Amino acid sequence: MLGLDKKDFRLLVIVVALTMLAPFLLNPFPESSGLAQFNAGYPDLMQRFVIFGIFAIGFNILFGLTGYLSFGHAAFLGVGSYAAIWMMKLVTLNVIPAIIMGVIFAGIFALAVGYISLRRSGIYFSILTLAFAQMSYALAYSVLTPITGGETGLQIKATDRPILSNLEPGEIGRANLFGMDMRTSFELGLGDWLFTFNSGYYIAAVFMILAFYLSIRIFRSPFGTMLRAVKSNQTRMYYTGLNARPYTLAAFVISGMYAGLAGGLLVAMDTQAGPERMFWTASGEVVLMTILGGVGTLIGPVLGAGAIKYMENILSKINKDILHQWFAILPDGIENFLVTIVYPFVGKGWHLTLGIIFMAVVIFLPGGLVEGGQRIARLFGRKKAKGDAEEATQSTPAE
Amino acid sequence: MSKTDLTRRGLLKTGAVAGAGVALPTIFTAQSASAFTNEPTGGSVTLGFNVPQTGPYADEGADELRAYELAVEHLNGGGDGGMMSTFSSKALQGNGILGKKVEYVTGDTQTKADAARASAKSMIEKDGAVMITGGSSSGVAVAVQALCQEAGVIFMAGLTHSNDTTGKDRKANGFRHFFNSYMSGAALAPVLAGAYGTDRKAYHLTADYNWGYTTEEAVKASTEALGWETVAAVKTPLTQTDFSSYIAPVLQSGADTLVLNHYGGNMVNSLTNAVQFGLRDKQVNGKDFQIIVPLYSRLMAKGAGANVKGIFGSTNWHWSLQDEGSKAFVKSFGTKYGFPPSQAAHTCYVQALLYADAVERAGSFNPCAVVEALEGFEFDGMGNGKTLYRADDHQCFKDVLVVKGKENPDSEFDLLEIVEVTPVDQVTYAPDHPQMGGAEATLGTCNPGA
Repeated sequence: MLGLDKKDFRLLVIVVALTMLAPFLLNPFPESSGLAQFNAGYPDLMQRFVIFGIFAIGFNILFGLTGYLSFGHAAFLGVGSYAAIWMMKLVTLNVIPAIIMGVIFAGIFALAVGYISLRRSGIYFSILTLAFAQMSYALAYSVLTPITGGETGLQIKATDRPILSNLEPGEIGRANLFGMDMRTSFELGLGDWLFTFNSGYYIAAVFMILAFYLSIRIFRSPFGTMLRAVKSNQTRMYYTGLNARPYTLAAFVISGMYAGLAGGLLVAMDTQAGPERMFWTASGEVVLMTILGGVGTLIGPVLGAGAIKYMENILSKINKDILHQWFAILPDGIENFLVTIVYPFVGKGWHLTLGIIFMAVVIFLPGGLVEGGQRIARLFGRKKAKGDAEEATQSTPAE
Repeated sequence: MSKTDLTRRGLLKTGAVAGAGVALPTIFTAQSASAFTNEPTGGSVTLGFNVPQTGPYADEGADELRAYELAVEHLNGGGDGGMMSTFSSKALQGNGILGKKVEYVTGDTQTKADAARASAKSMIEKDGAVMITGGSSSGVAVAVQALCQEAGVIFMAGLTHSNDTTGKDRKANGFRHFFNSYMSGAALAPVLAGAYGTDRKAYHLTADYNWGYTTEEAVKASTEALGWETVAAVKTPLTQTDFSSYIAPVLQSGADTLVLNHYGGNMVNSLTNAVQFGLRDKQVNGKDFQIIVPLYSRLMAKGAGANVKGIFGSTNWHWSLQDEGSKAFVKSFGTKYGFPPSQAAHTCYVQALLYADAVERAGSFNPCAVVEALEGFEFDGMGNGKTLYRADDHQCFKDVLVVKGKENPDSEFDLLEIVEVTPVDQVTYAPDHPQMGGAEATLGTCNPGA
């Protein structure tokens, strides 16, 4: 269906179900329980899950298929953000044109960067892209301050009067989709559970599903096969008379446009753009997401993006106070001991936890979280004595 | 695995249909009942402390968090009450805020606007914070302030010195207690003229970002008004760690004064380089060469070590101040943590108390009521003497300290000595001052959200 074979279609259905039901899936704990700390079902984080999911899906088209490791992908995200916010400041507060602008500008920029960087491969390519990204960051931070707002970045201000809008004097414009505010939320209280359905999230989720579908199609197309050929042996491709450059450049631009889409969506959800979005750590983050989830797999990058954003937003907020509450039932000595042991791994130490998990995944599960899911599935498959491993493989839970 | 999904869906189908009827009233009450964002309904109120816990300003962030924890303790009636006893407003009872126990959530801004906004958003959307405070950089302050304006909660800025926070980027829901670049320039210039004369030639090295620009502009304007001449102003990249190549041309330029518009690690490195180049032993135009650092902090002075001796700068507050408020704060902070607080800790502690007091006086957590209570609020006993929260731009106006690196420090905390307390009148400016965004800058209207 939809030009997909049965297996891929099932995967797509599962992704659709997961994203649509995310407000439920991510809020499994009742509000009043201590575990509510681990609930991730609030609009901002859900939006980030899908937006960075898009970013990682796009990155995976380049890295997973061609093996070209770009270390400067955040630059495209940043360019997309700036293009989108200027569109909103000047033309219209509707998010669709802003997002389209983000994609177009990121695509053009990716074409320029790719055209130069793809003359080299391997580590040289990585360094070139890194250099471009750092250059963009430095420009945005200082020299281009009139366009980028420098360190402070850009926001929609009370003085901004987009052409296609009818704002009251002094009213600060808000991102909307044909009049629907991105921050409108519908709250559903079921007993002690509170589920938030946010319009911005669902718009971003629809974009992610489209992006995911497109990525499946690319993976399964002759073009995707060509990209895999580049990864397995580029020299041999040249010997057979095929020029790999147009293919790699196309992959680079597509993945840059995915990043631009993510950047545009970030602005649509939260009308602000700043240069640190282009910093090299942001580029490194998407590499981590992809590797953590599983390079070259369809759903891996999305899982990786989710895992990293979850840790960044949930683990980093656990402070000493909360730890003391958790262990309050234990005797004082043991309580303090446990808090001392756990504290370095949460709060400001969340990077440490991420590092440990990343190392464990790379060492024990080179295929990322997806491989973990496959192994578990195989385990269950044997128990059931049914060769139904594939189905469970695809349905690795989002978090 | 897929079974879980199916059961959830099953639960949904039956649960949602059956539960919808039961839940219908709560759907409407959940949104429409509260008059403003995150109205506290239970016996407690949640504040969000959004400070840098990682990155270049992690030290300051840690000190800010200590101050907030102390403030919460005092608000809830614990400890010795700190500045609550010296504060001129007596609305706070030590029984929380409006009788509700104060609870808090913390987040890491990473000194990045994006991360700071994500963290603040999770506090507002997930934890129900009714006020966000903290931060150690102007970029973050401006970003989070705009977010709070949109979301309809109050933002009490932490350490942010750029003019923009209450200048061109001012917002009705945002308040700043810390002083700013303009005040630094206005306070420093007369002291410098007194110490070094009025015919100096200054050379600026400026960190290449917003705060650097506004500070350079402010210092230039105030010193030039007193007769100084600016020979050159050179921008340095924020990530620069070795400033030798920037220091070398200073002497050739004929300048006899170097102004370092740097903060944090930048200032530590540039000052160290300048001193190592022997600039301070040089004679130019028949005068001793001098170095000036517009914004000082104790943590920076510690980093630069002996190099800060005799170097002028300005600061918002210093723990060696001898007024009752400062003494009370230093005492309770010192008792709890074993060392004196930094200026970042002071401004954050004061902001938390000011917010709580405004809520008490307003009798409501409604952001618009709080804004009204804070606008034009005059207070005393918080360490800076008589202070005014100006209604036009939500900036605090108070005396500014001009400090100098101490020649013979007694301890690792006793690095700065106060040269002069510049009275507030001298640092006051018009709300539509060109450095503050001119006539275009407006607060807008307060937003209670919901």
